[in-house]
Amino acid sequence: MLSKKNKGILFNPLSKNNPVVVQVLGICSVLAVTAKLEPALVMGISVIAVLAFSNVIISLIRNTIPNNIRIIVQLVVVAALVIIVDQILKAYTYEVSKALSVFIGLIITNCILMGRLEAFALSNKPWPAFLDGVGNGLGYAIILVIVGFFRELLGSGSLMGCKVIPQSFYDMGYMDNGLMILPPMALITVACIIWVQRSRDKDLQEK
Amino acid sequence: MNKQSNTYTILYSVILVVVVGVLLAVTYMALKPKQDENIANDKRQQILSAVHVASAEGDVKSAYNKYIVESYVVNADGDKTAGDAFSINMASEIKKPAGERQLPVFVCRLDNGELKYILPVYGAGLWGPIWGYVAVDADGDTVYGAYFSHQGETPGLGAEISTKSFQAQFEGKKLYKDGKFRSVDVMKSGQKPVDGADYVNAISGGTITSKGVQAMLADCLVDYSPFLKKIQVESSK
Repeated sequence: MLSKKNKGILFNPLSKNNPVVVQVLGICSVLAVTAKLEPALVMGISVIAVLAFSNVIISLIRNTIPNNIRIIVQLVVVAALVIIVDQILKAYTYEVSKALSVFIGLIITNCILMGRLEAFALSNKPWPAFLDGVGNGLGYAIILVIVGFFRELLGSGSLMGCKVIPQSFYDMGYMDNGLMILPPMALITVACIIWVQRSRDKDLQEK
Repeated sequence: MNKQSNTYTILYSVILVVVVGVLLAVTYMALKPKQDENIANDKRQQILSAVHVASAEGDVKSAYNKYIVESYVVNADGDKTAGDAFSINMASEIKKPAGERQLPVFVCRLDNGELKYILPVYGAGLWGPIWGYVAVDADGDTVYGAYFSHQGETPGLGAEISTKSFQAQFEGKKLYKDGKFRSVDVMKSGQKPVDGADYVNAISGGTITSKGVQAMLADCLVDYSPFLKKIQVESSK
């Protein structure tokens, strides 16, 4: 089940081949949903679910897809899954779905999805495709959670909606950094993660 | 069968679309009752927030039924008319000419027996609609509590109108000045209304949203003015 090759498929996207900080895909939603930790977490889980299942479905029907409409077929599968996820969130976690609003729908346009379907699912068996989907989804979710963690902590002084910076800090003159809540700081936080990762991993450095 | 032929392609896409269509329709139908329930409960919670009644998730409905003793619709003259207050959509009412609007009123009886009138308001922020509920004391003048929400104001700036600290400022403010309807102003820190009316502090960095709140209160509550006048006469008896 988890041969060496499959392990690579699952774990490589977490750091060495991370879709966000190495391939720089899916940046738009990283900017949009990471102002708070909770929506970032739900968004990450949603992307993992959509990516894993669409990879499996496309992989299952890969031999029947007519080549000249394959992108359309991929889009239809992804769009259907995204709508189902959106409906489920609306029914069971209404508050979170209000916070995420349009961004769940925008998973359809997430470049990571089309990239994985086109590059992996179309030419691999369902099980590796599933692992690839989970791996890339996790790689995306990890970055989302890290960025969300720092933005909420520094921007609002809270985590998952609970205050973590004690009132005594505010009394001494500490202030939340309002800039952290605005989209540009998501880019800068992502850039910092890329910087840290590249300085640790020599393979990623360009000569 | 030749997989690159046009017949195959067309057939394939037709089957795909039908299968996906059926799947989505089934999902939608299966989850619809639960979603409608969520939306209705969300509205109930918003109404209750204006009178500071917080309820745990799940029993919003019972709390609503307990506190909201009456709800009715009033017209521009402040007279009750037929209609279901809960199902009125303020977004479409506000588009009608001022005289024809159907105005919902939710009457709340608190634990201590005091009556509060909860009035919905609806307006525009910077990026999209903003709305809320204002609870008015039985004297028809003093604001007891306010609740605001928004669709997509900037987090940390305009979106601060949905925080407790902003909403708490409205408590105790007077809607009337010298017997005339005046509403509550939202002013930048350090500024005051020239006529000495009641005001609250705006959100720094959220100027347009703050102005939107001020306009929303003035525009929506002025419709209720005949109704509020009637309450004032009643309560002074």
